[in-house]
Amino acid sequence: MMEIGLNHYLILSTILFAIGLVGVMRRKNLLLLFFATEILLNSVNIAFAAISHYYGDLTGQMFAFFVIAIAASEVAVGLGLLIVWYKRHGNINLDNLASMKG
Amino acid sequence: MEKYLYIALFAPLVSSLFSALFTATPKKTFTGIIASLLIFSAFVSSSILLMHILGGGEPVHVEMMTWMATGDLYIPFGFVVDEISVTMMMVVTLVSTIVHIYSIGYMDHDKGFNRFFSYLSAFVFSMMILVMSDNYAGLFIGWEGVGLCSWLLIGFWFHKESATWAANEAFIMNRIADLGMLVGIFLVYWNTGTLQYDGAFEAFATLDITTLSWIGIFLFIGAMGKSAQFPLHTWLADAMEGPTPVSALIHAATMVTAGVYLVVRSNELYSLIPDVGLFIASLGAFVAIFAASMALVNRDMKRVVAYSTLSQLGYMFAAAGLGAYWVALFHLMAHAFFKALLFLGAGNVMHAMDGELDPFKMGGLKKVMKWSYIMMTIASVALAGIFPLAGFFSKDTILEAAFAEHHFVIYSVLLFTAGLTAFYSFRLTALIFEGEERYKLFGFHPHEAYKFMLVGMSPLLILAIIAGAFRTTFFGMVEEALSAIEYHIHSEVTLWVMTIGTQAFVVLAIVYAYKKYNNSGITVPDGTGKMENSFMYKLLINQYYIPYAYETYLVTPYRELSDIFWTHIDMKIVDASVDGIAGIVYNTGEKTSKMQNGNLSTMLQLMVVGMLGLLSLAVVFGLAVRYSDGILAILSGLGV
Amino acid sequence: MFEAIAFYLFAFLTIAMFYITVTTSQALYALSALAAGMIFISAFFFILGADFLGAIQIIVYTGAVMALYAFGMMFFDTTRAVKEKQGNKFIIVGMSAIAAVLIVAIFAAPMLSTNITAFYPSVADIGNTQEVGMVLFTKYLIPFELAAVMLLVAMVAGIVLAGKQMDNSLTLEDDTNKKVLS
Repeated sequence: MMEIGLNHYLILSTILFAIGLVGVMRRKNLLLLFFATEILLNSVNIAFAAISHYYGDLTGQMFAFFVIAIAASEVAVGLGLLIVWYKRHGNINLDNLASMKG
Repeated sequence: MEKYLYIALFAPLVSSLFSALFTATPKKTFTGIIASLLIFSAFVSSSILLMHILGGGEPVHVEMMTWMATGDLYIPFGFVVDEISVTMMMVVTLVSTIVHIYSIGYMDHDKGFNRFFSYLSAFVFSMMILVMSDNYAGLFIGWEGVGLCSWLLIGFWFHKESATWAANEAFIMNRIADLGMLVGIFLVYWNTGTLQYDGAFEAFATLDITTLSWIGIFLFIGAMGKSAQFPLHTWLADAMEGPTPVSALIHAATMVTAGVYLVVRSNELYSLIPDVGLFIASLGAFVAIFAASMALVNRDMKRVVAYSTLSQLGYMFAAAGLGAYWVALFHLMAHAFFKALLFLGAGNVMHAMDGELDPFKMGGLKKVMKWSYIMMTIASVALAGIFPLAGFFSKDTILEAAFAEHHFVIYSVLLFTAGLTAFYSFRLTALIFEGEERYKLFGFHPHEAYKFMLVGMSPLLILAIIAGAFRTTFFGMVEEALSAIEYHIHSEVTLWVMTIGTQAFVVLAIVYAYKKYNNSGITVPDGTGKMENSFMYKLLINQYYIPYAYETYLVTPYRELSDIFWTHIDMKIVDASVDGIAGIVYNTGEKTSKMQNGNLSTMLQLMVVGMLGLLSLAVVFGLAVRYSDGILAILSGLGV
Repeated sequence: MFEAIAFYLFAFLTIAMFYITVTTSQALYALSALAAGMIFISAFFFILGADFLGAIQIIVYTGAVMALYAFGMMFFDTTRAVKEKQGNKFIIVGMSAIAAVLIVAIFAAPMLSTNITAFYPSVADIGNTQEVGMVLFTKYLIPFELAAVMLLVAMVAGIVLAGKQMDNSLTLEDDTNKKVLS
């Protein structure tokens, strides 16, 4: 237990990923849904960094780097779309977005 | 010679198909004429083939095409014209031609005129297949074909419920017997490896008695159904619901003789199993007297003739069972002539009397229907077996054969039946044609049949008179094929006593019948007479209560059983399960359509579900790869 | 030992923060918890010796992304509690738990193999930032440039989507410019 190995980090990453999944499946407010998505991305970053550290390979850190960049742009575009939707419909509740029904 | 075979075989088919074109149109006389012409051409071909065989020619054997060639089973569509089949062919085509010509007049006012000829010719075609085929499978095809056409023809007036019921009864009884026949055919194939007559007969010599007995018994069961032997006999009397030409053709001359043909054709089998033969002969004798007894009191004209047919079939089976196959065949031929003549004459009477069948309501018709009177009387004389008409030569030979083989019980039964036959035949003619004209009380206006119908019936009349002369020729022809032997009673004196005695007995019976029914005191029985209420009379007129027994103990319980099966098993189980499957599919669709509700949250949840599935697969495959050696060891241990 | 204490402490905190994020009904609390969680994750990066990544995490994620979310939250009416119709809780939690177990199982597999070699091995003596720089601008140059283009596109998209009354220019308000425009 004392010696922190790769397994610890990976288990931590998995737990955070599971929490993120719960949030994704559960949230009905779109903004809070985005929060849960952020959690998912972050858990993956931890995993990348941990593997990179324990194998002495920089590839993991590079990957985490690009994940951060992409997450940032994703947030920008996502929020923009959310704003447009909010202007049109007045709320951002997921249950009202049922135009793809059937 | 082959072309005559094909003409004889396929002309009836062409006739049937031609008439079938016009079934939906009103009566067209030319369908009848063309049908008759085509059947006549089949008759001409059969005659040419007969001349060929009589002149010592080789049997004509063709194999038209292969029907089944699978594994070891080889069944062709093959046809053979040898002594036995050419006799049958001649009989069938002759009677069919005459019946076709007769029907043009008889069905004159019927709406289904064209349909009738189509069915009739189809029947002739099936019968030709039956007699000309050279293997048991082809025989069976013809067997079923005549059964079908008989059903179509008995139920020709299908709006009458009694007719449809009778047709069903005939067909179903035949089917029951066909099961026995099929088992027989299976046994033949199983034990001999072939269904061809020549191959099977050769192989029969090597089989043991038990197997042969079973084969013989099962084939005879089939013959019992088709030839209406006890206990499958009730359909023949009920089959009189059909038009009279149908009765003349099918139930006198051809279909009911198919059973006799089967036994005669398989004579090489039956000569190896004399015990089964004795059983057949005994059953035949029993049926002869059984049917004759029922004909004594019956008040339906056609039924009397039907029972007479049944009785004569018993004679034929008695002959065949005793090993006298050629005699059976000869009697078949002669019987076809005079019985068809009887039926056609009865048809004339029925037509004249507007469908009335009770001879007590007729009487004195000889003044109005002279030619029908002459024909029916001569036919009855032939049936009774008076010298020198045809019946004498065939029936007496059967009696001689029974006597010579020392089967005295059978002999006495057949002798007594001969007397009964004469009695009821002349009872019928006396009631119909002689005596007072009782029909006037009921307002009938009878008239003779059309001239051309009478002319058409005349060949039968002539043959009924002279057919006896062909006996020696016939014997010569079939001597080798049927291993025929002339029956010699050891002493001349016995022979003369027998013959004269039989004739005297028969003549006495005729005289008695005439005396009883030709006097002027005949009235229509109305249920109050002393004889009518006697036990014997009631027993006979209800046909020994056998139809009643069948109805109560077989048909009704079976109907109940079918009903139970329908409501409880078919509807509750089979239908329910099929509907259940459909219901499951439908409900699954309805429930899973909720997947498509357009809700993002649902989609995300389903995405996670999919991801779980893929992860599971990854774990499973990873484990499989990791432990692949162990898994292979386990699987090979299981034998995969 | 310190590493262990730090790891467990930050692990507990991160899990708690993220748990709050997914379960609370107040949007503001969720936002704050998310931001806190981000910070604690950067602590992990520092523990792992990925200094550059940790700094980037704080600056970009916590600084920029969370600020963006905060601006977004001001836009939407999030003062009232978010009413949510709950799906089946057990299915959701259950599925996540199964997912977690499976992922751990999958992660465990490579641990058992010994064939993993490093593509870009880290050199011990120079600092992490320098190493990252070296690899980023040589081996990963093209992805870097593409990421730059993507960020540009995202920025433009964000402006277009969210901007209002962009037909009028704010800098060309005086009369001379009005003449130019008309």
